[in-house]
Amino acid sequence: MRSLFYAASLLAVMALAVWAYNENHKTQQSQARVAELRREIVSLREAIGVQRAEWAYLNRPDRLRDLVDMNFSRLALLPMTGAQFGRIDEIAYPPRAATPADGPALSGVIEVLGDARHAIGPSAATSGGQP
Amino acid sequence: MIRIPLRPLPRILEARAEGRNPAHIERENLRLRHEQMRDLARRRAEWRLLFLAALFFMGFALIGARMGLLAASPPHEPMPYQGEEIAAYRAEIQDRNGRILATNLVTNSLYAEMRYMVDGARAARELARIFPDIDAERLAARLTDPDRRFVWIRTRLSPEQVQAVHDIGEPGLLFGPREMRLYPNGRLAAHVLGGTSFGQQGVNAAEIVGTGGIEHRLDATLRDPDRAERPMRLSLDLTVQAIAAEVLDGGVSMLGARAGSATVMDARTGEIVAMVSLPDFDPNDRPAPPTEGDPTDSPLFNHAVQGVYELGSVMKAFGVAQALELDLVTPETMIDTRAPLRIGGHAINDFRNYGAEMSVRDVFVRSSNIGTARLAQMIGADRQRDFLQRFGFLEPASVELAETARARPQFPDRWTEISSMTISYGHGLSTSPLQLAAAYAALVNGGTRVEPTLLRRATAAPGERLISERTSAMMRALMRQVVTTGTASMAEVEGFVFGGKTGTADKPDPSGGYAEDRVIATFAGAFPLDDPRYVVVITLDEPNETSSGEARRTAGWTVVPVAAEIVRRTAPLLGLRPRDDARATAAIEAALQLR
Repeated sequence: MRSLFYAASLLAVMALAVWAYNENHKTQQSQARVAELRREIVSLREAIGVQRAEWAYLNRPDRLRDLVDMNFSRLALLPMTGAQFGRIDEIAYPPRAATPADGPALSGVIEVLGDARHAIGPSAATSGGQP
Repeated sequence: MIRIPLRPLPRILEARAEGRNPAHIERENLRLRHEQMRDLARRRAEWRLLFLAALFFMGFALIGARMGLLAASPPHEPMPYQGEEIAAYRAEIQDRNGRILATNLVTNSLYAEMRYMVDGARAARELARIFPDIDAERLAARLTDPDRRFVWIRTRLSPEQVQAVHDIGEPGLLFGPREMRLYPNGRLAAHVLGGTSFGQQGVNAAEIVGTGGIEHRLDATLRDPDRAERPMRLSLDLTVQAIAAEVLDGGVSMLGARAGSATVMDARTGEIVAMVSLPDFDPNDRPAPPTEGDPTDSPLFNHAVQGVYELGSVMKAFGVAQALELDLVTPETMIDTRAPLRIGGHAINDFRNYGAEMSVRDVFVRSSNIGTARLAQMIGADRQRDFLQRFGFLEPASVELAETARARPQFPDRWTEISSMTISYGHGLSTSPLQLAAAYAALVNGGTRVEPTLLRRATAAPGERLISERTSAMMRALMRQVVTTGTASMAEVEGFVFGGKTGTADKPDPSGGYAEDRVIATFAGAFPLDDPRYVVVITLDEPNETSSGEARRTAGWTVVPVAAEIVRRTAPLLGLRPRDDARATAAIEAALQLR
């Protein structure tokens, strides 16, 4: 009986030792992984910081102003002034809401849109390949 | 311990006499002695066991406590360069809408360590090829000097330069990470941001310290590790700032002015939405402070905050407001304006002769020096000084910039009657455009004091009451009339009911007296005047308007069009809708009929 008890406790000690060794090993592994992830987080943060700085740099007002000036012929953007505000009652009602039943009204809208694209500038007309 | 003999003679003799075996006595005594020894050994063993148990208990308790501590402690944040004692992190600065004004970027610094150096002379040659401003011979001397172990070569490298240095293939050239302050908008808001430089340097990090503007004034807050993750939100609006800078720059160059400043402030909260000072500089490459010459010529000089000027007629608003507030006059009271007004050997004149008398309204709208001097006489020097003090003209402005502390207003120690009369039209009291903006905000916002700030405020409780609601309404009406009928007719901005007061002040001559042909032109105003939201103060230093062939320097011709253009462009961006001018003006001017 007694020797059985000794044998059992010896086995238990060995099992615990194996378990402790495994835990230790796993801890070290996860520590290494944490350190690696930390480094990754730091480098990603740095990268985000660089991207944000670059975004801010590309969106700086000086550059946007120059871009607007360069693309004036296509975009025709002007500084915002009070004259560009309108009241809701200054907007005309749409002629009539198009329902799925009346097809011709729908094509009419598309024609209007097409005309509007024509009206923007000669560049749109040439690139459109229209005769 | 007294030992009992194993064979005590009396008992042996006694046993022999009785015929018993004396060896029994000896055995019995031996047994007793052994028992004694056993008891002693057991006691000792028990002590030893207890001691060991205590030791083990303490050891396990220690380990357990440490484990508990580890489990309970919060996981720490990943931070770059752990173990460096130099704090490298600095909070970002953003505008009121979260657009970046200042951020950090990691770059590399370059240094050399001699113990790894293979060929110092070649490294110096190659480095001089990459960096044209490096003196190859001097660097070679330093890199081959046997007494040196360490040489700093560059504090900041671009990624291309890093690659080029890497390609030299010299193991003694090493890179250290450097956090760098970057201002992506360049010159925009340069005077507000100030700039930074490296403080203490180590191999793996360098301290960034603010050298001007808000970076210097709030340096400790920006470097506080607890709030490093949270950006600092300023009250500036990047878009409005950009437009103000663009328009002011146009005005300065068109009018040939030496300098200019523009301040746009929220009239209720005191938040500064835009603050421009020209000439400006690039905070990424902050120039060194000037060591000679006039410091006001330096681009580092913030004309809106540090520029302490006699601002001229814009100050008339305060004399008129006080006279109205004290019920000394109504807008229609007639004031004697016969020129010249002689007092104590001085003569006060007007820009042109306005006749024998004019109403208080016209004194303000047409800007009569004599009229305001008369009002100052009615008010009295003490009351005037007290009034201006409450408007904050007698102490430096309290905005979060390093430069404010040195910008003390200048005023006479003895506030005599003659000085009170000149101060009433803006001569004799020097103040900064920022203080003027804060004071005008109080004039138009219903009469409560505002504290100018560069930090975004969620809400601001109304400050101390300086003038009554009624006086404030009258001042708004008078400012509107300056535009509709007075000296600032060019300030009409359709839809935004702009109004204010012009000021053209002769500049003090360095040799004494006032210069003939050099002025500071100022416009201080607010919009929309029926419900004032923003105050605008524009100054131009030595402008000249020459489009008509002759030089015109008055504010109405120079600074007013600049102010109007800034309002025209920024008002829609500040979330204001245009309104019906005629109706709004009529509503404002109704205040003049109040009694």
